[in-house]
Amino acid sequence: MTADAAQVLRARRPRARSRAARVRVALLGVLGVLAVAAAWELYKALGPDDGVVVAGTRVLPRTTDLAMPHTWEMVARLLEPTTSQAGAAPLWLTVAQAALVSLAIAGVGWVVGTLVGVGLGLLMQVWRVAEHGLLPWIVLSQTVPLIAFAPVVRSWGARIEIAGWQWPPWLSVAVIASYLAFFPVAIGTLKGLQSPQHTHLELMHSYGASRWQTLRSVRLPAAVPYLLPALRLGAASAVIGTVVAEVSTGYLDGIGRQLVAFAGQASGDPAKAWAPIFGAIALGLVAAGLVGLAGVALRTYRRGEAS
Amino acid sequence: MTISRRAFGLGAGGMTLAAFLAACSDTGGGGGGSTGGGGSGNGGGGDLTPVKLQLQWLPQAQFAGYFAAVDQGFFADEGLEVEIVPSGGDIVPQDALASGNVDFCIAWVPKVLGSIEQGANLTNVAQIFQRSGTLQVAFADAGITSVADFEGKRIGSWGFGNEWEIFAAMAAEGLDSTTVQIVTQDFNMNAFLQGDIDAAQAMTYNEWAQVLETVNPDTGELYQPEDFAVIAYQDTPGGMLQDAIWADTARLEEEDYAATTVALLKAVIRGWAYARDEVESAAEITLAAGSTWGPSHELWMANETNKLIWPAPNGVGVVDAAAWEQTVAGALAAVNEQGQHLITSEPPDTAYSNTYIEQAIGELSDVDTTGESYQPIAVTLAEGGN
Repeated sequence: MTADAAQVLRARRPRARSRAARVRVALLGVLGVLAVAAAWELYKALGPDDGVVVAGTRVLPRTTDLAMPHTWEMVARLLEPTTSQAGAAPLWLTVAQAALVSLAIAGVGWVVGTLVGVGLGLLMQVWRVAEHGLLPWIVLSQTVPLIAFAPVVRSWGARIEIAGWQWPPWLSVAVIASYLAFFPVAIGTLKGLQSPQHTHLELMHSYGASRWQTLRSVRLPAAVPYLLPALRLGAASAVIGTVVAEVSTGYLDGIGRQLVAFAGQASGDPAKAWAPIFGAIALGLVAAGLVGLAGVALRTYRRGEAS
Repeated sequence: MTISRRAFGLGAGGMTLAAFLAACSDTGGGGGGSTGGGGSGNGGGGDLTPVKLQLQWLPQAQFAGYFAAVDQGFFADEGLEVEIVPSGGDIVPQDALASGNVDFCIAWVPKVLGSIEQGANLTNVAQIFQRSGTLQVAFADAGITSVADFEGKRIGSWGFGNEWEIFAAMAAEGLDSTTVQIVTQDFNMNAFLQGDIDAAQAMTYNEWAQVLETVNPDTGELYQPEDFAVIAYQDTPGGMLQDAIWADTARLEEEDYAATTVALLKAVIRGWAYARDEVESAAEITLAAGSTWGPSHELWMANETNKLIWPAPNGVGVVDAAAWEQTVAGALAAVNEQGQHLITSEPPDTAYSNTYIEQAIGELSDVDTTGESYQPIAVTLAEGGN
């Protein structure tokens, strides 16, 4: 076996990746964060106090402690109590709890959005008329501005009461998240299901395979490379939808409200306002990571992802 | 390998689910302070009338009286189970009330006057804030000590209906909105502190405190009131009535709803009297109800809110005809930077009614409803309001 062939084989077997390689990836990640922090401090140290203004527009931010707190102050603030109230949790914990609530809501929104999206994709593939009838509406649905849509959802939700069960406020947020999440999934599923080559479909036809068999053996596996990026996009949309909808509907326990509330405290406590921003970033990373797990499970079908 | 992978996936899913359930139960328990759940300890299985009260912002001491009434069981004593509904921005209280999602709402008078002219059928049944709490804050050396000085300056405003006092006060000085540059403010005072705004809009109970909680980079100490020149709209013809309780005009014809209104107002009066007499406790109640401010900021807010309510010579919540007229006159005169009018004609007679609040005051003999001897406390702000 030549060295080249061995390399190819190793590349084909990601699980065989050595521990050293994994450590290297982790180190690179940490290094990336440190590089951002260093760039931040470097600009803060060297940049002009008043930022850079070109033709009346500030293209680079101010470097004052109010606008750009030191990175170590932001980290130190995370470890301090949220407020001086007796028994107040450390800031990182307060933020983490809010981020977890938002993650859960985004998760529900993503699952619902994915089910709806895949369902619509299947429907449109199987039934050509549905594609012509539905696709324009699906595209149109995403042009409704969220700030107009959110109060309506909450208003409808507030009226729903079934046998003593009341529509909880978080469900409005999840519905809005799913409304954003279903779109890329529906489009990705449709594209993926339509992606097999004609020869493959004709082969199935010549076998006398049923529509269902063709779907299962050819179309669905072929859709995976389209579906995975769509799921990731859907996850990102669900997270954004959740954060925005929380602010919009006045939902109290999530990271969205915390972003607004701590931004309001940014004059006297500049470092605090950054904590929920870090929380939101972590939330996005975890959401992307969880969807990545789906990619691991479907690895057999990946063969180079479509974009 | 397949099995372990699947198990991993299941585990991850399970963890997400567990986190979600934990979060939900936390919502039920932790958020309990913001709902009527607190009333369940009172009376037990009595027939409490469910009532939804829509706030105009997130829980904070600006609404201390309502949260105190929940916490102290005043609503339950009146036979009500009140759910306080927070707003985060896109929920407009008077719209939520007009569309029937809630039973009552808290909103500023000028904003609702605009909605009434657009067709909403609402009645102000209690003018909780007797005075305007809006300020325009400039640095002492900026040469802005009156509304007349606004000319040619960058004036901060939040917009969303919070700007009408500015334009009404300017109209009274013969200035129109084109003579100033209106800069939209966000949630904090950074734009003002960094010099992007010459005079920033601030509420006595919130943003003014935010400024005084900030370290002055020149001294290393917190900013002091004398570092600033402050214009209070209450002292100008532009001052308008703010937090009021609004009811659905059509439903007030119904006997039940009218009775609920009076019951609600009685409990609210008790709540605000409690917030006046036990201001520290009231601030703690709103913190427990979900306010995220630090304790010193919360106490400042409770104290400043009291100053807007007490003393109330006509009785708490009674609409003062002169103040109402001034608000309407200001609303008619104000034109914003886009050339829009807030209202173009006088509001209908149904826009306010003292019937219900006067009945409520009359039925309360054991509460001081004027607060003539009210004295605010002195609050020391900590850095960052913490």
